[in-house]
Amino acid sequence: MHDSVITDELKSLIGKEWEPEIFDVEKGHIRKFAQAVEDTNPLWQDERFAKNTIHRGIIAPPTFLVDDGTIKIADKLMIVDCPLPAFMNAGQEIELYEPMRPGDVITTRAKLTDLNEKAGRNGALLFMTVEVTCTNQDNKLVCKHRHIFVRK
Amino acid sequence: MKSQIYYEDIAEGQLLPVLKKNPTRRQLVKWAGVSGDYYEIHYDDSFAKNRGLPGVIVHGALTASSLAQLVTDWAGADARVKKLNTSNRAMLFPNEDMICKGNVTRKYKENTEHLVECEIWAENPRGERCVTGSATISLPTRKSQ
Repeated sequence: MHDSVITDELKSLIGKEWEPEIFDVEKGHIRKFAQAVEDTNPLWQDERFAKNTIHRGIIAPPTFLVDDGTIKIADKLMIVDCPLPAFMNAGQEIELYEPMRPGDVITTRAKLTDLNEKAGRNGALLFMTVEVTCTNQDNKLVCKHRHIFVRK
Repeated sequence: MKSQIYYEDIAEGQLLPVLKKNPTRRQLVKWAGVSGDYYEIHYDDSFAKNRGLPGVIVHGALTASSLAQLVTDWAGADARVKKLNTSNRAMLFPNEDMICKGNVTRKYKENTEHLVECEIWAENPRGERCVTGSATISLPTRKSQ
């Protein structure tokens, strides 16, 4: 008999919408983000420079807020009942629509969309897909983040 | 800031200028703070070892952000990044070089946009591709100038 690592608790989380989270995008936050990446591109920091680009002002880098909307759901997936103890981030796919700008108010909506069990070299792996949709204060789609987390 | 590149100037197979980074522990702490990812495997050696890791490892999303920097440094300020996908295949460690590389795999027009797709990856000092991915960027054209 095949013992699935997908427990009832995990199953019950599929499709569940997490409480939306709100993030105020501030110039200082974008600057701190760029400093953490050690990315000195003036498009993220220098208003005078950014004004003369097609973006007409400072925008946030492509991976801005990439983790923020997933923290709560990832914390849950890290401890959810599952015989595989280790938790890793296997990667993410980012689709960008409207750029994020200082002054924007971003709403993130996260859900677990898929569980996929695979046999790895050192035992079972469970791939968990989390999708996060980010919209701005005008209800425009800003970006979608698809994260793949692993329990192994 | 480097000058702007245009769709007409790009050829499939073209290499992106290499971006060499060296994420220190200090940078990992900065990333933890700004991203909200406080998972201890990124700053606490004994915690990481208890999880079966050789020690603290670099955040996958910090590597993805460095690959985003590779792309935006190259594409210039008048470009738009449309997609950025990364897959963490092996661990990168702090205080080791993270060498970000890429090449153009495809250029095409879609609706009114002039798009290029790139293969991107981050190597460790042993030349292993630890994080691999792709990016799609919309570039300006010389005609639109």
